[in-house]
Amino acid sequence: MAVQPIRKPTRLEPWQDPGQKPYVRIEKVTKTFGDFVAVDEVSLSIYRGEFFALLGGSGSGKTTLLRMLAGFETPTEGKIFIDGVDMAGIPPYERPVNMMFQSYALFPHMSVEQNVAFGLKQDGVAKAEIAERVGAMLDLVQLGKFAKRKPHQLSGGQRQRVALARSLVKRPKLLLLDEPLGALDKRLREQTQFELVNIQEKLGVTFIVVTHDQEEAMTMSSRIAVMNHGVIAQTGTPTEIYEYPQSRFVAEFIGSVNMFEGRVVEDQADHVLIRSEDAGCDLYINHAVSVPSNATVAVAVRPEKIALSKEPPANADGRNVTGGIVREIAYLGDVSIYLVELKTGKTVRVTAPNVVRRTEMPITWDDEVYLSWRPFAGVVLTQ
Amino acid sequence: MIDLLRRIGLWGRGVVVAIPYLWLLLFFLVPFLIVFGISLSEAMLAQPPYAPLVDWLVDEDAGTTKLQILLNLSNYLRLGGDDLYILAYLNSVKIALVTTVCCLLLGYPMAYAIARAEPAKRGPLMMLVILPFWTSFLIRIYAWIGILKANGVVDNLLQWTGLTTEPFELLYSDWAVYIGMTYCYLPFMVLPLYATLEKLDPTLLEAAADLGCRPWKAFLTVTLPLSLPGIIAGSLLVFIPSVGEFVTPELLGGPDTLMIGRVLWNEFFANRDWPVASAVAIALLLFLVVPIMVFQHVQGRQTEAGR
Repeated sequence: MAVQPIRKPTRLEPWQDPGQKPYVRIEKVTKTFGDFVAVDEVSLSIYRGEFFALLGGSGSGKTTLLRMLAGFETPTEGKIFIDGVDMAGIPPYERPVNMMFQSYALFPHMSVEQNVAFGLKQDGVAKAEIAERVGAMLDLVQLGKFAKRKPHQLSGGQRQRVALARSLVKRPKLLLLDEPLGALDKRLREQTQFELVNIQEKLGVTFIVVTHDQEEAMTMSSRIAVMNHGVIAQTGTPTEIYEYPQSRFVAEFIGSVNMFEGRVVEDQADHVLIRSEDAGCDLYINHAVSVPSNATVAVAVRPEKIALSKEPPANADGRNVTGGIVREIAYLGDVSIYLVELKTGKTVRVTAPNVVRRTEMPITWDDEVYLSWRPFAGVVLTQ
Repeated sequence: MIDLLRRIGLWGRGVVVAIPYLWLLLFFLVPFLIVFGISLSEAMLAQPPYAPLVDWLVDEDAGTTKLQILLNLSNYLRLGGDDLYILAYLNSVKIALVTTVCCLLLGYPMAYAIARAEPAKRGPLMMLVILPFWTSFLIRIYAWIGILKANGVVDNLLQWTGLTTEPFELLYSDWAVYIGMTYCYLPFMVLPLYATLEKLDPTLLEAAADLGCRPWKAFLTVTLPLSLPGIIAGSLLVFIPSVGEFVTPELLGGPDTLMIGRVLWNEFFANRDWPVASAVAIALLLFLVVPIMVFQHVQGRQTEAGR
């Protein structure tokens, strides 16, 4: 899986700029339900204009965290600041926040128009202005023609856009999205991902989106916080999370990964050498780790970063090169997945683009192959 | 073989459908037509106490037999002409309306609280609502007599607290009728209300709050309109039997508590005027069919909207 983040890097990112004040600050927030700790001392800073993803499996606490931001749950401990204001004791209807619900929660007895106008009516906006803003918002989500329909007369994708329009029409500074694309089919989901990002950039709203879909998080967000059992495993840009996972959990949760166990034999400023029985070779990685010598570590190598060849690769010095037998091939059209059994008994997953047609492919079942990768491919997992 | 089974299956389905229809035909439509027929005949001292609608007139001289059908509309005209009937109808509607409103005001918060209770507690709470039905209706009404009569529970309590020194009797008044009927019909209101409120998606209220709606206003703009089918169903379930109620006002009401049920009773048993009593019953039925049809119409629209 090689998802390219579609965001162009611009100037200094806000989270790298010490002068920037976070728009949302979550300070050591804990939420317990009875004995169950849903969110465990989470701290996060999210900046204005970010598209921030909370990524995790079910029960990871991501939705609870989102609901605390919206005000539907109160933190058991810790504090939440939005735009510098402590949110403790502020009810949902007084927060400068809007939410798009996973089930969309459209009012079934109101038309599309009335659903979108609902929030503006609560604020006592003048009728003419309501009509104008609702019209503009429905145009933005391309639902102008459906204004008079009831939610049950719409398709899933249309309902999703009504929900989005309803949550954006009040021009919130912060929009919370709970699995916004969860109910859509795959193709619609991909299309909507881009729409969401475009709308977010157009309106400059800060988005916090909860998702269990790593691909969705990778495509849309500026930063991702990967959550597991109520704690944040890692926060970073999609590239950082994918290329430099800090823990086994993150490496395995995002994409697929080959994990080699090994012992550090050389730890220099510019490289580290790991002897791995698992891989059947020495692993040379061109970045330093600060672990004691002889420590046992895990090294993650992404399947698409491994090259397959029938001949031993040139200038191989025995590092990052190992051999095995092709056991399985899965042809996915654009890429193929090879499962290679190493001499050590471990099975390694390799993905390779199908540059030539399937029938002409040089590597097939039960071939003896060499696996090799470059020094930057491996990542030492310190946690 | 399959063909045979299919034919048996179709036949079996026909039986299943026919049984309730046959039941309705025998025990609803036929009696209704009999009552309707009686309402069009004339009272007379006989057994049964009304003139036959259809008669064979034998003319012996001419040697012919004629079929005579006598339709007598005067019973219906009497209903319109006598204040007693109109007043009784109006009073019945008034008492039924007050009962319905009282049931709604009491039943809505009850149903709401039960629907919002923890799922494990909803069953027992609903059970408590239905529990009184397990004892005889009459026993419960007699219990109310004991509570409301002079020197009864309420009276003693009031005298004990010093709120009143005179004996205070609620019994044999319209108030006692309202209390008794509200008590009797409350479960009929709570059950359909609970059914709609329980289905109501709580995230809709969260969405309303999220969009800046205060809880009270969210109730008025979201909960109330969405529970309208339950309100209508409950109100009709209370209103329709309340209009024709006889036992409760007879036992708890005063001599001037005039209800159509009592008029009917008097016409049948005191005056032995079956035709007029039948006309009263038919008029009452027509009068109640209208709200039922409104209800059906709204329900039909609701099911359509639910699709």
